[in-house]
Amino acid sequence: METRELTCIRCPIGCSLKVTVDGENVTVLGNHCPRGMEYGKKEVTAPTRTVTSSVRVTGGVLPLASVKTVPEIPKEKIFDVMRAIRSFTAAAPVRTGEKLIENIAGTGSDLVATRTVEQK
Amino acid sequence: MKTHELIVVGGGPAGLAAALGAKEAGVDDILILERDERLGGILNQCIHNGFGLHTFKEELTGPEYAERYIRKVEELGVPYQLHTIVADISPDRKVTYVNSEEGAVTVQAGAVILAMGCRERPRGALGLPGFRPAGVYTAGTAQRLMNMENHAVGKKVVILGSGDIGLIMARRMTLEGAKVEVVAELMPYSGGLKRNIVQCLNDYGIPLKLSHTVTAIHGRERVTGVTISKVDENRKPIPGTEETYECDTLLLSCGLLPENELSKSAGVKLSRVTGGPEVNDKLETSVPGVFTCGNVLHVHDLVDYVSEEARRAGQNAAQFLRSPKTEATREIPLFCEGGVRYTVPQTIDPVHMADAVTVRFRVGDVFRDKSLVLYFDDHEIRRVKKNVMAPGEMEQLILAKKTFADHPDLSRITIRVED
Ligand SMILES: Cc1cc2nc3c(=O)[nH]c(=O)nc-3n(C[C@H](O)[C@H](O)[C@H](O)COP(=O)(O)OP(=O)(O)OC[C@H]3O[C@@H](n4cnc5c(N)ncnc54)[C@H](O)[C@@H]3O)c2cc1C
Ligand code: SF4
Repeated sequence: METRELTCIRCPIGCSLKVTVDGENVTVLGNHCPRGMEYGKKEVTAPTRTVTSSVRVTGGVLPLASVKTVPEIPKEKIFDVMRAIRSFTAAAPVRTGEKLIENIAGTGSDLVATRTVEQK
Repeated sequence: MKTHELIVVGGGPAGLAAALGAKEAGVDDILILERDERLGGILNQCIHNGFGLHTFKEELTGPEYAERYIRKVEELGVPYQLHTIVADISPDRKVTYVNSEEGAVTVQAGAVILAMGCRERPRGALGLPGFRPAGVYTAGTAQRLMNMENHAVGKKVVILGSGDIGLIMARRMTLEGAKVEVVAELMPYSGGLKRNIVQCLNDYGIPLKLSHTVTAIHGRERVTGVTISKVDENRKPIPGTEETYECDTLLLSCGLLPENELSKSAGVKLSRVTGGPEVNDKLETSVPGVFTCGNVLHVHDLVDYVSEEARRAGQNAAQFLRSPKTEATREIPLFCEGGVRYTVPQTIDPVHMADAVTVRFRVGDVFRDKSLVLYFDDHEIRRVKKNVMAPGEMEQLILAKKTFADHPDLSRITIRVED
């Protein structure tokens, strides 16, 4: 049996969690909402993160469009995802919510625009 | 002179939610004035996620959060003017703004909402020794350069200050291929949210050195290195603890200051602790009809709270426009003791207050296993146990109007940290 003290990062409240792993059983204490339970379980088994960054945009009113991964990607894939983001260029217009890269870096997640960039 | 019922100064999340709050409460003649080329304020450059969980029950990035409010403002047809800087506000609510099309224009406002946000503590205010080489940025400037303007900032980085912007930028620069050597924090605790320490530093193995500060910046043209030293309990560098890091960039994340030059010109009384206006439970300043919300009032770490507070400011401005208060009112002052640094609001009117008023505040130190205690005069009203309280995280208590009815002779409200 192993107990880990974690900080839930699912929202800015940052609850202090006590996660106990006992074979197959994972128990989470200290979470103020169900998302913390989910986070605690995942963090000790298969941690995931949202990656946010920007992609270059050609022909837009802004040179960059911000992006995020949906859903979260495995934590160890962060730098693979970043490489894919850096080698990608979008053409304006880009719309919030638009899928820019599907199955980015083989993670099964998509890269989605988080801002609208109109054509110049 | 042109007139408007309501002028909102600043088109960030606070200004947008305030305008929407007033519109919903029936004010039609609103004008939002924004000096930037777009609405949304600081959220435009905050491309990380973590916004809006309370309001939308999903985790949005800054631009997405802003876009939801901007869309609403457009749908409801609330007028706004970009590239327009408000230069002066008089105590009788004459607002002077400047833009390239109209020049300087003065308009009479029925009510004004101040929502100018805050700015970063500049380097000069930090009194750092050494030359002024290139490569020293405030963290927010670096964030704007990288996220909005596509400028590379640096490859080897030292960050002074563990405020949220510094932590977010430590991760951002690491993801972009830079090496963040260390984050040095003067205080014995971090000024940022715990979650940001976890997901921005710990995830990438970036060391956080508490009770450390920058004691020298090396390089003449461009930064070539930074020396940091441990500090004693009086925050004085301890000789012999110097460590020098080779780097090309120093980011400063040393706190935010509410931007209140305009508030001063309007004659608004400012709090010495928050740097923002003193307000009553209506979020109205010492100048009648001038309301305020968001980071110009006090620095928030959660945009959801900004939006909620701003909406109330908008509703209260609408109420003021309908029936400006004429009779003298009783304002009960709030006092902070035993580690509570300030409260917002600073006074509550027990007669005209809403059914519930949210009082927000910060503590001045890290407290473990203490209680927050609320007193009406000498009567203990509420005691809330707290595992941890820290200066980086805002606290709140909600006061119900009916509690006031039981204390008709109330003369002061006190919030205290106790064992
Ligand atoms: C780096 C950073 C990271 C953050 N991370 C998070 C997070 O993860 N989660 C979260 O919930 N919150 C976060 N926040 C907090 C949140 O973004 C802020 O609290 C919020 O943006 C404050 O809104 P505001 O409208 O008061 O100020 P601002 O967004 O600063 O808007 C003020 C606006 O007023 C305009 N203005 C100023 N003066 C004038 C003038 N004289 N005339 C005309 N216009 C003027 C400015 O141009 C600006 O657009 C973060 C903030 C920062 C800085
Ligand atoms: S447990 Fe819930 S409330 Fe607590 S930090 Fe996680 S998401 Fe936020």
